[in-house]
Amino acid sequence: MRRSTSGRAAVLRTPLGISTLVLLVAVVGVAVVAPLVLGSRAETIDVAAMDQGMSAQHLFGTDPLGRDLLARTLVATRLSVVLAVITTVVAAVVGVLAGALPFVLGRRLGRLLVATINLSVAFPSLLLALFLAMIFGVGAQGAVLTLALAMAPGFARLTHSTAAAVAGSDYIAAARLLRVGRARIVLRHILPNIAEPLVVNATTTVGTALLSLSGLSYLGFGVQAPDYDWGRLLSDGLGSIYTTPAAGLLPCAAIVVAGLTFILAGEVATQVVSGRSRRRGTARRVVTAPVAPVAEDTGPAGDVVLRVEDLTVTFPDRGTRPVRGVSFEVRAGEVVGVVGESGSGKSLTAAAVGALVPHPGVVEATRLDLAGRDVRRLGRAERDRVLGTSLATVFQDPMSALNPAVRVGLQLAEVSRVHQGLSRRAAAARAVDRLAAVDIPSPERRAREYPGTFSGGMRQRAMIGMSLMAEPSLIIADEPTTALDVTVQQGVLALLRDVVRQRNAALLFISHDIAVVSRIASRVLVMYAGQIIEELPVSALVDDAAHPYTRALVASIPDMGMDRRLPLATIDGRPPEPDRLPVGCSFAPRCPLADVGCAEQAPPLVAIGENRRVACWKPPSDVGGPRSTAGEGGRG
Amino acid sequence: MTAGPAPRGDRIRSGLRGPWPVFLGRQLGRFAASMVVLATAAFGMVHAIPGDPVRNALGLNAQPAVVAATRRTLGLDDPLWTQYARFLRGLVTWDMGDSLISHVPVAQVMTRLIPATVGLAAAAFVLAVVVAIPLGLLAGIATRDGRSRGTHVAFTSVTGVFSVVPDFVLGVGLVFVFSVTFKVLPVAGQSGPESYVLPVIALAAGPAALLARVVRVEAQRVLAEDYLRTARSKRLPARLVYLRHALPNLLTAALTISGLALSSLLAGTVLVESVFAWPGVGNQLVRSVLSKDFPVVEAMAVFFGGSVLLINLAVDVLIAVVDPRSVIKET
Ligand code: SF4
Repeated sequence: MRRSTSGRAAVLRTPLGISTLVLLVAVVGVAVVAPLVLGSRAETIDVAAMDQGMSAQHLFGTDPLGRDLLARTLVATRLSVVLAVITTVVAAVVGVLAGALPFVLGRRLGRLLVATINLSVAFPSLLLALFLAMIFGVGAQGAVLTLALAMAPGFARLTHSTAAAVAGSDYIAAARLLRVGRARIVLRHILPNIAEPLVVNATTTVGTALLSLSGLSYLGFGVQAPDYDWGRLLSDGLGSIYTTPAAGLLPCAAIVVAGLTFILAGEVATQVVSGRSRRRGTARRVVTAPVAPVAEDTGPAGDVVLRVEDLTVTFPDRGTRPVRGVSFEVRAGEVVGVVGESGSGKSLTAAAVGALVPHPGVVEATRLDLAGRDVRRLGRAERDRVLGTSLATVFQDPMSALNPAVRVGLQLAEVSRVHQGLSRRAAAARAVDRLAAVDIPSPERRAREYPGTFSGGMRQRAMIGMSLMAEPSLIIADEPTTALDVTVQQGVLALLRDVVRQRNAALLFISHDIAVVSRIASRVLVMYAGQIIEELPVSALVDDAAHPYTRALVASIPDMGMDRRLPLATIDGRPPEPDRLPVGCSFAPRCPLADVGCAEQAPPLVAIGENRRVACWKPPSDVGGPRSTAGEGGRG
Repeated sequence: MTAGPAPRGDRIRSGLRGPWPVFLGRQLGRFAASMVVLATAAFGMVHAIPGDPVRNALGLNAQPAVVAATRRTLGLDDPLWTQYARFLRGLVTWDMGDSLISHVPVAQVMTRLIPATVGLAAAAFVLAVVVAIPLGLLAGIATRDGRSRGTHVAFTSVTGVFSVVPDFVLGVGLVFVFSVTFKVLPVAGQSGPESYVLPVIALAAGPAALLARVVRVEAQRVLAEDYLRTARSKRLPARLVYLRHALPNLLTAALTISGLALSSLLAGTVLVESVFAWPGVGNQLVRSVLSKDFPVVEAMAVFFGGSVLLINLAVDVLIAVVDPRSVIKET
């Protein structure tokens, strides 16, 4: 339960904490000192100085009896604050008792009490207080009592709900088993646990009580002459707002300042209790790890759907660069898998292609061509059209990726409405057609339903159907099967495969699971620490991978066939933190083959055959055929 | 937005076959039970007044004969349950006896005062909602993912202050600026449309600030949801992303807070009507409580309490219309 004291103190050092503390000291100070120092000045009747305006002697003028307005306002602080505190204390005591009582009383009586509390919480406390004044009469005492009773339900509900949570816990159950008396449970176990939220709530309540008491006094229900609090001063001064406006405005200002002070104090108390202070983000140096030079790109360029060159994604606020110089291309009809652990940059690479990198990430690339057009050079409208029609994305969690408040059919149809200019009817018909295409039974009915009635697998099918609305040339599927159970996974994978085959679209399939990728992709990109470290055809994956990391990934999957040439079954260690990248090969700390050279200089990604690239100083010499670039020469 | 209303209506219709009758029945039952409790509390309040309520109201030097006669006409000497039954019957038949002070029938007093108060509260509520929801949504969009720290601080400070400043204090301030200093708006009373401006603003500011804060926080939450990323990935225009995909998802929270705001706004009418000498229920309530005119106060307790209960009922039903899952949850 205890949090570090430094965390609590830190809250008080924030601008909010400091100003609240200053205000609180000022208000309490005035409440203590003003009646002692200014008491006589505030109450001396001076007929010669009636209703004066501002003067050197009376800074804000005088009231109809010649008493100094500023002095009266300051002196009234004590009564106003003291009454508010008493009200809060009474309300808290009554409320806590009422809230704890249901645990002591029998079930039936307890329930009745809870229902009463819940009903009375709905009524604004000022209204309740006004009606209770019928019984308790007017005057300071009556006002405090009525307001306290009116505010008690709030405390009662807080007590009851907090206590209900505590009462459900194991140690209360244990105490019950030991036949500890109910009253004792409340006193010993429940009350200490709800002390913190109660104190926080009480602090705020002092503020609201002060505001409400001022209101009651203003209406004539509270403090009566010759005593005065701010509400009383306001009601006396309001009549002369034309002649001496300060008579009404000074108490108003005092009410606002004092009310704000206690409510801010409640806010600060909340932060202290939750131990959360808004720490300023310390600006860290942007890590500029050396980006490995990209080898000459030699792929056939006829029907390239996506071409990415030297893509980086930087988060200047955190000083990290989770994607560092990634280059690849995807051709029509092809399924390219991207494999990597979480944090390898694979999802951010996909987000960068779709211009969906979260704020404040910065995307840079020498080329980012989609369907033959550099999306970064297009105007906003044209870019949206190209991205909206040529690219579609299927996200990981189908339970959250569909909008629960919009009909499934409309979520599909809007793509065609916006980007293809279809009429509402045509777009709706197309949505039904696409739902049918992804094997959703009774698609007309399903289109009219909300996603809440769909199962997980059906939602992912609907997402895939959505991706087909505009005949995209590239579909990015970001962990599309991870959130689904195994049997549903198979169906979704088969569907994605069919879609690519039938529509000649390209698929960029992103997953942490190399086994899933190997089932659908024809070519695999392996990413590690923000870079592609190997590219290879899926046929070479099992026994011809060149990079130690790829081999380790394959070896760690039991059903993919072990590669026994290397003694690797698991990968020890963890990938480097994005703000603490090693200077040399980023895999070096975990690599069994690493030597001093690996740790000093990062290996470039070089081509080692048709559609094959690897970034490693020591790939086995028998992979991929003849080395096309001088890998060894790069090291100094 | 274009497709907004149609599906809602549809949803209710399709729902009528499902859990809706049960849900509505339960809500109405709860409302009726609460109304009975409320009326009983109002009745009990008068009988909990220490001493003789009539002597209390007429003053200590009232003639004993007058007190006795008044007691008789009010039926205060009848058995308690007879009085209770008469009180309930009076509420239903809108015949609640006469005021002790002015001797005008209570029903007539209420009929005269209610429109002024309801007009004030309704105008303030509409203003608060119309200002707060777009403001909160825009602020949420501007500050999403920790963008624009300056906007965030400015928004939370301004709305924070406005949610704390009590309505009657704001009313006094407004009167000073617009009526006393610039003399552009009337100080008090209900006259033309311009007489509504200041009291409506004084009433609406606090609830509007509170509502705007909640909407901003909700908007930030919704804007970070996966389905908003899906909407963005579809490259929809901003209008569709925010109005079709974001707005419906923050309506539930906005409605709940609106209901609370409307209740507290109703309580605020008491003070604001007093500042602006508004001829409404609130203003009269203060006078009636001070003069212990209990037949009038009883009726007002039922009016204010009933309004709060009605607001809560309306909010619960509206939430169910916007988010049908809550119907299923309840039943
Ligand atoms: S370069 Fe060195 S450390 Fe990096 S993967 Fe190759 S052998 Fe291992």
